[in-house]
Amino acid sequence: MELTPWEKVKLARMPLRPTGLDYIERIFTNFLELHGDRYYGEDRAIVGGIAFFNGIPVTVIAQQKGRNTKENIARNFSMPHPEGYRKALRLMKQAEKFHRPIICFIDTPGAFCGLGAEERGQGEAIASNLAEMMLLKTPIVSIVISEGGSGGALALGVADKVYMLEHAIYSILSPEGFASILYKDSSKAEQASKDMKLTAQDLLSFGVIDGIIPEPVGGAHTDFDKIMLSVKSVIEADLEDLLKLPMDTMLEMRYQKYRKI
Amino acid sequence: MNKNPFKSKQYATTEIFRARPRDVEKPEEDRPNVPQGIMTKCPRCTKVIYTKLLLKNFKRCDECGYNFKVLSNERFAMILDDGELIEYDKHVTTKDPLSFPGYGDKLVKTQTMTGLVDGLVTGKGKIGGCPVMLGVMDAAFFMGSMGTAIGEKLARLFERATKERLPVIVFTASGGARMQEGIFSLMQMAKVSAAVARHSEAGLLYITVLTDPTTGGVTASFAMLGDIILAEPGALIGFAGPRVIEQTIGQKLPEGFQRAEFLLEHGFVDQIVPRDQLKITLGTILKLHAAADKDLTDQVSS
Repeated sequence: MELTPWEKVKLARMPLRPTGLDYIERIFTNFLELHGDRYYGEDRAIVGGIAFFNGIPVTVIAQQKGRNTKENIARNFSMPHPEGYRKALRLMKQAEKFHRPIICFIDTPGAFCGLGAEERGQGEAIASNLAEMMLLKTPIVSIVISEGGSGGALALGVADKVYMLEHAIYSILSPEGFASILYKDSSKAEQASKDMKLTAQDLLSFGVIDGIIPEPVGGAHTDFDKIMLSVKSVIEADLEDLLKLPMDTMLEMRYQKYRKI
Repeated sequence: MNKNPFKSKQYATTEIFRARPRDVEKPEEDRPNVPQGIMTKCPRCTKVIYTKLLLKNFKRCDECGYNFKVLSNERFAMILDDGELIEYDKHVTTKDPLSFPGYGDKLVKTQTMTGLVDGLVTGKGKIGGCPVMLGVMDAAFFMGSMGTAIGEKLARLFERATKERLPVIVFTASGGARMQEGIFSLMQMAKVSAAVARHSEAGLLYITVLTDPTTGGVTASFAMLGDIILAEPGALIGFAGPRVIEQTIGQKLPEGFQRAEFLLEHGFVDQIVPRDQLKITLGTILKLHAAADKDLTDQVSS
């Protein structure tokens, strides 16, 4: 059954869907979480650390939604502050130093909009990630598992390979925000979700992502084991390919991937 | 300074268009009988100024210091030696990648009205005798929002500068990403940042001058990536727009929030430079870096 873009938006936001930590716990072993950006604080909207993937040491970073209100408050509804992005960059630089591939799981409505976020340079934090990730001398694979909202998602999304789950969405802004800006009416979000072309299928046809990871019938939440297996096999295949590439070739391909869009 | 320097509305497009003599305004009945465009009213202190005088005065109100929006052609005149620019990629335009309803028509209308192809002009010129690659955003065009045309032009500018080993100066003025180009606009942030990163890796200088307003995807990419970041006094600079933040937190923002002075206070801007000082400041920065480059070449060659 074909889902409409709006149905996908709703599905992508469903609390039952597997979250970043679900993937980390099921696909990786010996996960050791590393906290803090070393400048200001610890942002629980982004989880990061080191782990084994099929016996290879990797750095894994995920935007983390909660399953209920309490968890969501602790995770700030997966809307990171600058310190979250700076923590991610710190861990990515560390990965480069120790020659570890980086896996990112993207799931955010967007970077947080608030006083503290502005005071501490949300724009600067995201900008730095975009520029630095482009030059990191280690393979990066990013997967949009549910919701990829704006620059807040892209700040973990500059990678050698970018995937989306079948019913995930990835867009410049939330459909609500988009509707309120362009149609001056946030209740026209459903219309916006159509006009924005935010589905995995749209983005693959544009060449913005490298592939779609199919979900079990009914969605990723209906069969955790199955979706984990699919995600794992994609990472497996990519790391094998990427680790074989000479560094210069990989970096040039990463550059061209965005240059041609 | 007047009692409330931040009171003015952000995107005062009417005043932008008023400065262009070829633009035609709707006649207003209560308007005094003054020929079009001779006088300009300051939106902050309401002083009426001779437009010619205003241009001579770097488009700053001599009464209250308000900075009028500067169009790209005016900026080149203010900044470059003899105002001379060799323009690049003049005809790069968007292909309307989403075939977004109504966007094509609006583009044509805006192009006709502003005489611009999109919201950024790039090229090469000299400041204080130093050659430099320059990009100037124009808020008169879709509020300077960044879509594929701006992204492509900036990427080409940085690639060209890397090849010719020249510094880049970008004047930002942008409401953020161009909504009508959706995910393609978002990806321009990565594309331009990539070109900036390569230029930087080559040891070359990049200066950004943040002007009013610089927000959204532009702030979260090339605006904040300068080796040296300057700002115009009072410019609104932020990631999220003030209205969005007020809606999110459910309260009014404090006065001066997200203004250039606020960013300087929080460590995100190197210097706030008044308009009449900009050219000389940029010239000095360029000379300081040209000297370093020359010493290095001398060392290598000797």
